[in-house]
Amino acid sequence: MKRRVVITGMGCITPLGQSIEQAWSRLLAGESAIDTTELFDARTFPTTFSAQVRGYDLRERLGEHYPLHRHAARNSGFALGAALQAWQSSGLGRAADLDRSAAGVYLGSGEGPVDFDPFIATAIGSWDAASGKLDTRKWARIAYRCMDRLRELEQDPNMPAAHVAKLLDLRGPNLNCLTACAASTQAIGEAVEQIRYGDAEVMLSGGTHSMIHPLGVTGFNRLTALSTRNDQIKSSSRPFDRTRDGFVLGEGAGIVVLESEEFARKRGATILAEIAGYGSSADAYRITDIHETGRGGIAAMRAAMADAGVEPDSIDYISAHGTGTVDNDKIETLAVKSVFGERAYRVPISSIKSMMGHLIAAAGAIEVIACVLALRDQVLPPTTNYCEADPECDLDYVPNQPRKATVRTCLSNSFGFGGQNDTLIITNYTP
Amino acid sequence: MAERRVVITGLGPVSPIGVGKDQFLASLRSGRVAVDGIRAFDAAEFPCRIAGEIAEFSCKDYVPKSYRKSIKVMARDIELAVVAADCAVRDSGLKTKGVSDGEITVDSTRLGVNIGAGLICPDLNELTFALASASNDGQFSLEAWGREGMNNLTPLWLLKYLPNMLACHVSIIHDAQAPSNTITCAEASSQLAIGEAWRTIKRDCADVCLCGGAESKVNPMGLLRQDLIGRLTRSHNDSPASAVRPFDAKRDGTVIAEGGAVVVLEDLEHAKRREGRIYGEMIGLGAGFGTHDFLNPDRNGDALAVVLEKALADAQVEACDVDLVVAFACGLPEHDRVEAQAIARVLGDVPVTSIKSHYGNNGAGSGALDVAAAALCLSEGFVPGTVNCEQVDPACPVNVVRRTEDRRVNTLLTVNYSLSGGQCTALVFRRWAG
Repeated sequence: MKRRVVITGMGCITPLGQSIEQAWSRLLAGESAIDTTELFDARTFPTTFSAQVRGYDLRERLGEHYPLHRHAARNSGFALGAALQAWQSSGLGRAADLDRSAAGVYLGSGEGPVDFDPFIATAIGSWDAASGKLDTRKWARIAYRCMDRLRELEQDPNMPAAHVAKLLDLRGPNLNCLTACAASTQAIGEAVEQIRYGDAEVMLSGGTHSMIHPLGVTGFNRLTALSTRNDQIKSSSRPFDRTRDGFVLGEGAGIVVLESEEFARKRGATILAEIAGYGSSADAYRITDIHETGRGGIAAMRAAMADAGVEPDSIDYISAHGTGTVDNDKIETLAVKSVFGERAYRVPISSIKSMMGHLIAAAGAIEVIACVLALRDQVLPPTTNYCEADPECDLDYVPNQPRKATVRTCLSNSFGFGGQNDTLIITNYTP
Repeated sequence: MAERRVVITGLGPVSPIGVGKDQFLASLRSGRVAVDGIRAFDAAEFPCRIAGEIAEFSCKDYVPKSYRKSIKVMARDIELAVVAADCAVRDSGLKTKGVSDGEITVDSTRLGVNIGAGLICPDLNELTFALASASNDGQFSLEAWGREGMNNLTPLWLLKYLPNMLACHVSIIHDAQAPSNTITCAEASSQLAIGEAWRTIKRDCADVCLCGGAESKVNPMGLLRQDLIGRLTRSHNDSPASAVRPFDAKRDGTVIAEGGAVVVLEDLEHAKRREGRIYGEMIGLGAGFGTHDFLNPDRNGDALAVVLEKALADAQVEACDVDLVVAFACGLPEHDRVEAQAIARVLGDVPVTSIKSHYGNNGAGSGALDVAAAALCLSEGFVPGTVNCEQVDPACPVNVVRRTEDRRVNTLLTVNYSLSGGQCTALVFRRWAG
């Protein structure tokens, strides 16, 4: 018999809001967080816009704890804010019998942004045009003058999980996985497995990421993965719409507190939802393309439902990966049809990336949080900017307006560049 | 249903002391050290100018013909993982799409991948060539970069440096469609990955997993970053062979290295059915967290001690039954001391060895190489000596194996932790008696 794993706390720092309630109310209002990029001057880039987190103040969030975390990179800073909210909402701080070595962290976090100015100064200053190579002697001399030891260290993708564990004194298993856009869904799935196995009673899980920096945007622009709708910024993210032209980069963090049902009940915690199933697969196809049959997504969805012991008939809502790229949305639609058959047309499916952009490694965690809130409030967040139907995307995408619905079981998909596919089944909790 | 048991059936070490199991084993036996002056780039202006580099190898010798054009989108770290996986799969005798044109002996939907990776450094020559095109008189212009400079990068540029690409290329080459994960916990990555792969097989989500890790720190950024945070010895530029001195009284830092390993973990029944060679059985893991200030380990080794205890409990093994610890120790003053104290506290005077003196710190690849070495200790009945440990530091109260010895090892532990960041883990393995 598998141990049941429940969610008892949540926190988020997102482009649409820096608390759960703020982000949720703005998602239900169909607001767009997308605007001109201000973190750097992107005016000449193919994509000039993104969904930024604005006005976030880590010092204010952490108060007396700030000094130990003052070097945190942007991604770690978001994770700290989200983790603190999640921890406080779980009430675990008052749990006297919490064994700290049985409380861990499993994040799907991205790397910290490159320390751009010194990096560029060093590279350009040591470039030898004649040989077409860096002069590494010069490079070293400049680098030792201008690069900062902690700003370099803080780029390591294990640092957000380290900061969170240090802040909350969590000494159990501490991991980070980085499977591109699937990372935080996979992290939550694997954290659930750790609790089921008995490695931990409590796991803080989710993810954080910011790729809104010159090299991040360059990378995605070169891949032609981003929307370039510079003249219609607010409505540029158009999952499943016929006119979709790529995803919109967002940033932020989402963290949930996972607990064994047993521990949560013993301490009298408020249980928000249950993670009933986790499925994971690899496309094993191409680094650039999704397998055209959607076989990886199909395998992940089926495995998650089998793990949860539910049939397609009992899924009330699908939180789509729904990035707004031509291929993802088409193939995800196809995969859903393969799994759900005729019922696919009757299961509402939506993508909140239409409103807050794509948080990359952190996207899945925010979508799990949205599922928990949909279960709580019996309302589905919409896919905004949906205007023109695409014959290849012909499901019920909850267009433009939130919808009241009976929601007991949600399925949340995340698919990563390179072919990792992860699906979670989130249900309302009944003892 | 009885609990599934998981065994190691293939080893693919890719290290400065050997590519493939045979070379690696021979070097461990002979005590060969591969730390030397850096050849990959001119390091004359760095305080530490030595590293553990892998002698020339050609990735295309390890990649199926149909996939060779993809090598151009592989950073060095990815190449290392791809080569390691090829070596491991061939060593296991399994037939996957990557090594066989015909017969396939493992169900693709039951073949998983879990590979630890580091923060991959972009090829500085490639990137700076493009950056220079958007510069004038040494001044970089973001405006010119956005308008045209970035077009000097290949469209797939980003995909060379995503950490999950190690696992992705391996999954594509071997047609591994079961769960694929990428653990990025610096030095601790690969044993955390092997531990997770073990659990994936135990819970019946895969029958076989290609797991481990790989990283190259041998580039200017890797060297700079490690030196800036004080990890590297600056006193052995003229005596590289004695630079890395785990547990030794005169240790004063490590060196950067490249490498990693993939090991094949397999469900015992699956391995038996195909009569695969078994190196040993994996029987337990523990994981935890502890750091003083992100840069240094917790001062008295509490975190690691808890992890060792958890690993023993998970494996249902008593401390007195452990024959050997394959330590992570890579010659750092504080980290080696803390590790030794945790081992001594939990396991008493158990023999302890470290193989880092052979090549230094290969980041996310280190722990997997330790597991490959551990598997060889179990199967070959030997313990490699800790090279350069001439006088054990009294602050490291452990029984260091200094000379290679032949003896049976029944139960061993491997230890792995990130130097910065506090993640730590320990795995338990048992000799396969048939």
